[in-house]
Amino acid sequence: MSGAADNGRTAPGADGGRVTAPFGRRRSEVVANEESGGYRIVTALDPAGPPPAAGQFYMLTAERGWGGDGERPFLPRAFSVAAAQPGADGVRLSFLLEDVGPGTHRLAELEPGEGLHLTGPLGRPFSPPRELNPDAAGAILVGGGIGLAPLAIWRRTLAGRGIPERSLLGFRDREHSGGLELFRCSEVRLASEDGHAGHRGYVTDLLAQMLAGDSAATAVVYACGPPAMLEAVRALCEERGVTAELAMESPMACGYGACFGCAVPVRSGGYIRLCVDGPVLLAADIESALVAGAGHR
Amino acid sequence: MRTELCGIELEHPIINASGTFDAIAARRAFGDAVLERFPFSAYVSKTITPAPRTGNPPPRLWEEPAGMVNSIGLPNKGLDGFMDGDLPALAELPVPLIVSVMATSAEEFAPLVESVAGRAEVAALELNVSCPNVHSGLIVGEEPGETAALMTALRPLTAKPLIVKLTPNVAEPAAVAIAAEQGGADAVSLINTIKAAPALADGTPWLGAGSGGLSGPAVRSIALKQVADVAAAIEIPVIGMGGVERGVHAAALLGAGAAAVAVGTASFRDPLAAARIRAELEALAVDSPAPSGTA
Repeated sequence: MSGAADNGRTAPGADGGRVTAPFGRRRSEVVANEESGGYRIVTALDPAGPPPAAGQFYMLTAERGWGGDGERPFLPRAFSVAAAQPGADGVRLSFLLEDVGPGTHRLAELEPGEGLHLTGPLGRPFSPPRELNPDAAGAILVGGGIGLAPLAIWRRTLAGRGIPERSLLGFRDREHSGGLELFRCSEVRLASEDGHAGHRGYVTDLLAQMLAGDSAATAVVYACGPPAMLEAVRALCEERGVTAELAMESPMACGYGACFGCAVPVRSGGYIRLCVDGPVLLAADIESALVAGAGHR
Repeated sequence: MRTELCGIELEHPIINASGTFDAIAARRAFGDAVLERFPFSAYVSKTITPAPRTGNPPPRLWEEPAGMVNSIGLPNKGLDGFMDGDLPALAELPVPLIVSVMATSAEEFAPLVESVAGRAEVAALELNVSCPNVHSGLIVGEEPGETAALMTALRPLTAKPLIVKLTPNVAEPAAVAIAAEQGGADAVSLINTIKAAPALADGTPWLGAGSGGLSGPAVRSIALKQVADVAAAIEIPVIGMGGVERGVHAAALLGAGAAAVAVGTASFRDPLAAARIRAELEALAVDSPAPSGTA
């Protein structure tokens, strides 16, 4: 089973590190739904799945009130996992979301005890820094808004392996600034467009400063956030010759390569499917992080 | 609920709709559990064309209240890439393999059909005729004459079953089905997606290719009508599909005259939806007499 792109060319990245999912959708139970700076952190107990690798995602569907009334949402929604706590009774999976459309609205109102159908973990996770750059001194994590989710679990993974990491997180304003508790015990620098926290401006300003002080030869950047931010990170890293992995989003119906909806153009020609060849892509493999349709609710 | 379709023995009547379950990608996501718990009694491949295709520019998807619109554009590796890259992997599946093929003329179709049908791993071919004939400019599957001519050209090339995938975007699908049968088709399958063009509030088309096809629960009763009309008009078996999400939906298509039922969009929502649908269908069959068309 190869990692070939839709058009038969070799897809960027390998299957290394990917955790395969149980076949089929399964029921988990919501154990917490907490407000966090304008976002929600929804945590569910998954009794049957393996712990995910950082960067992987799940397709989520509320057990009730999902397409049953002849209204949207109809399709499941893809969310990167933000935290995973294995225990005797299963894995507690946390997802960071913002109520912006019919799917996220239903997920945001889930109450403890409700069922949450999930399929996953899915997709290609982040690669260790030394796999991307043999001279890597550590990792620079760059997150924007709810895009900090996969970086939160990646930070914990890196910390567990003793790999140094610095995190740069950017937010639009106070009403869109949640999820920071997922980064506790971490060295974090903040940026906000309204100046309510940290640097007034973009998180990519902080990244530019950091890369100016670092040797590009030892840096590795991991980023997730809105398309415009990811594109700024991609362009900056390309200009400085810094290796970067981007956790991206695209509209997708299935999450496991069946629907071919999440097409992202790649430099080698044609498209890859973000669900099976991503969601984490090597920045050098794409022309632009501005994916058509991303962000549509 | 063993079923027979054009001489192919099926363990049960639930197969997949072409292009809605990529068994190779599913094995990357779910591992060998895909082989151990394969939910379909036959596997229909994504459509293969003579040359590789990259597919349509994104966005390719749009969610509807009871379904979705897709505009994928048949991305595939082309015949050579399929034969070398995908066919060996698909041959590992525990069920008969049906390969979907498409070309823009009978001359282009012929080598495709001969090559694919010549492989022992392939049990049958599905002909995707929702494509213009380069000579006439007409969509083959929308014209009984075009469909009959294509079948007449392809029928002598193989003894393996040829299944014609009918489009719902015609006034009388039965007329095209009759043409397919007269041209020597072994079965027909329907419905394909219904033409649709979602747009933003200002009228701008959402999909990268401008328009696409609607599937899901929204098309279910349209599929039932067309399957019933076609099954009443021809003698060869009908594979029914369109919006099947529950066992009762499959039962209704079987009751309308389908010999087998395909699951498509439901698999996007749950990779094992077809297994649940089969179980629900079998429970129904225990509770009530088997509908016609099933063993």
